[in-house]
Amino acid sequence: MSHTPPGEAPPVRARGLVKQYKEVLAVDHIDLNVDAGDVYGFLGPNGAGKTTTLRMCLGLIMPSAGHVELFGRDPLRVGAAALDGVAGFVEAPRFYPYLPARKNLELLAALDGGDAPGRIDEVLDVVELAPRAKHRVGGYSHGMRQRLGIAAALLRSPRLLILDEPATGLDPAGMRDMRALIRRLADQGITVLLSSHQLPEVQELCDRVAIVDSGRVVYEGALSELRRSGGAGYRLRTTDDARALPTVQAQPGVGQARRDEHGLSFQADERHVGELSLALAAEGIGILALTPELATLEDLFFRLTEGDAKAAPPADGRAVNAARPTPLGDGIPATPAASAREAER
Amino acid sequence: MSATADLAPGGAAPETAASARAHRRPSTLMVLRWELRKLVSQKRTYLGLVLAGLFPLIFVVVENIHQHGGRGGGLSIFAGEITQSGLAAPVLTLEFLSAFMLPLIAALVAGDIVAAEDGNGTLKTILTRSVDRGQVFAAKALAAVLYGLAAVYVSAAVATIGGVASWGFHPVRTLSGTLVSAPRALLLVFAANAMYLIPLIAVIAFGLLLSTATRNSTASVVGTVGFVILLYILAGIPGLEGWQPYLLTEQFANWHGLLRTPTDWAPILHSLWVCALYAVPCLIAGYLVLLRRDVAGG
Repeated sequence: MSHTPPGEAPPVRARGLVKQYKEVLAVDHIDLNVDAGDVYGFLGPNGAGKTTTLRMCLGLIMPSAGHVELFGRDPLRVGAAALDGVAGFVEAPRFYPYLPARKNLELLAALDGGDAPGRIDEVLDVVELAPRAKHRVGGYSHGMRQRLGIAAALLRSPRLLILDEPATGLDPAGMRDMRALIRRLADQGITVLLSSHQLPEVQELCDRVAIVDSGRVVYEGALSELRRSGGAGYRLRTTDDARALPTVQAQPGVGQARRDEHGLSFQADERHVGELSLALAAEGIGILALTPELATLEDLFFRLTEGDAKAAPPADGRAVNAARPTPLGDGIPATPAASAREAER
Repeated sequence: MSATADLAPGGAAPETAASARAHRRPSTLMVLRWELRKLVSQKRTYLGLVLAGLFPLIFVVVENIHQHGGRGGGLSIFAGEITQSGLAAPVLTLEFLSAFMLPLIAALVAGDIVAAEDGNGTLKTILTRSVDRGQVFAAKALAAVLYGLAAVYVSAAVATIGGVASWGFHPVRTLSGTLVSAPRALLLVFAANAMYLIPLIAVIAFGLLLSTATRNSTASVVGTVGFVILLYILAGIPGLEGWQPYLLTEQFANWHGLLRTPTDWAPILHSLWVCALYAVPCLIAGYLVLLRRDVAGG
């Protein structure tokens, strides 16, 4: 869970990041807030601007506007010093194909300084590449290179791990192992910023997410809040659905009420559902069935990135970039933290 | 992947480890050592050095055959000296190799050293470690210069060993006609090669700029050699004689001054500032390009 100590800079804080390539606006005023201990999912369809944003975070490309700070340090201002305690890779990790894995790690450890050279065996063990360490990387499978990428990142004893699609191209077993490794690293206190479009991966690993679409963040907040808000739907069958509908629609805290051949559906949190049941009883309408319908992350993702009109407003979390109508609807209540951040801006 | 292995000490005390590392960022010398380790791991590196050693070897063998066939002499005083002292051989090979072969060999590495890294995607790997772009550029520039130096001295060493083995370690007549002792001649050979490095460094700087700016190894190597050829062409155009002293290719013979008695330092000093006019802007431009460039390749 998030626990950046008061007074300490968060692992990642990006404000108004913009990247313009001639006529293409790849990243459009993105804000990110990754707190210490987060496993932060950075979600979006291909071409949404995820990788470009991560490149800006690591100082590989220069923002056209805005800035990013890693533990309070801007890579463009302080250079490599901003990457102290930070590791990861963007797109596929790259190595010298003509060198064995161990030699690659030795070279990278030399660039890291500190105790990195002494950690090579340890990180090779972690990613289970020790038996193949003397083999040239040119002969490695995609999955092995991904694991070597993690090993290279771990050499730096990171406090923040930035991983761009780490499970892409892996077979199911490789994906499972990769998730287990990321989970374990997170359990050891490493903050993880994970870019992915593997929704099950994000759902399993992440506690907070930012969802980007067309270069903009369309949601940032806790994954649980997103799921609860987006998926706090209920299916209701009553003794008289036609009479029940106006009662449901009139009930405070209840939204998106509609009637179809299966009965009624609506969005609400639990407290308002309780009040609704009492209101229906007062009207003399019996409840035959009232069942929650939780939306999956996949449902929410597509609602957010494809503009599903049926999307529900989140009860919490933050739908951002209000200049562009969000698929989650207007009048979305922001979290106190988000409000504070807005005020800060 | 291991489900049980732990990541001590980074996992256990990441704050402390990271803080400690902040004060132990590698020096540029360390980055240079890293660059050299990488360079010696590549086959291409040896190809250039083999080329640098092959020509003097062929030269010595051919001259041995000519000597036995009763042919001798040549265009320069050293060609006439070749059978008198083995120490004339490295001077002659430097004369031959300095025009194209050594610039080509230097361009092989200088033109490739950034572009290949960019094309491979390893530039982003490096730049996400604890080194600044300036350190990376400086290390690559120094590595390319050291490689040029190695090529020059491999060539000189092969020619000297081959020449001395064939014709002995004897005094040599200089361009002024005076005779210098064999040890002094050996020193002059060493110094002449060192002076040749001055224009070669300018060629390397140009190659490095192309390598950084074009991100294409082939274009950079070909472009560097093409630049040298262009300068030769310019030198031959009637009416441009006034420019000749300022052409980089004219500086390839700066070391001739060392082989006169007394030593003529003027061409060496002239080449120093002329070559600086080529090298310094190229290095600054290359550095700025790398500093400001978006690293998105690979």
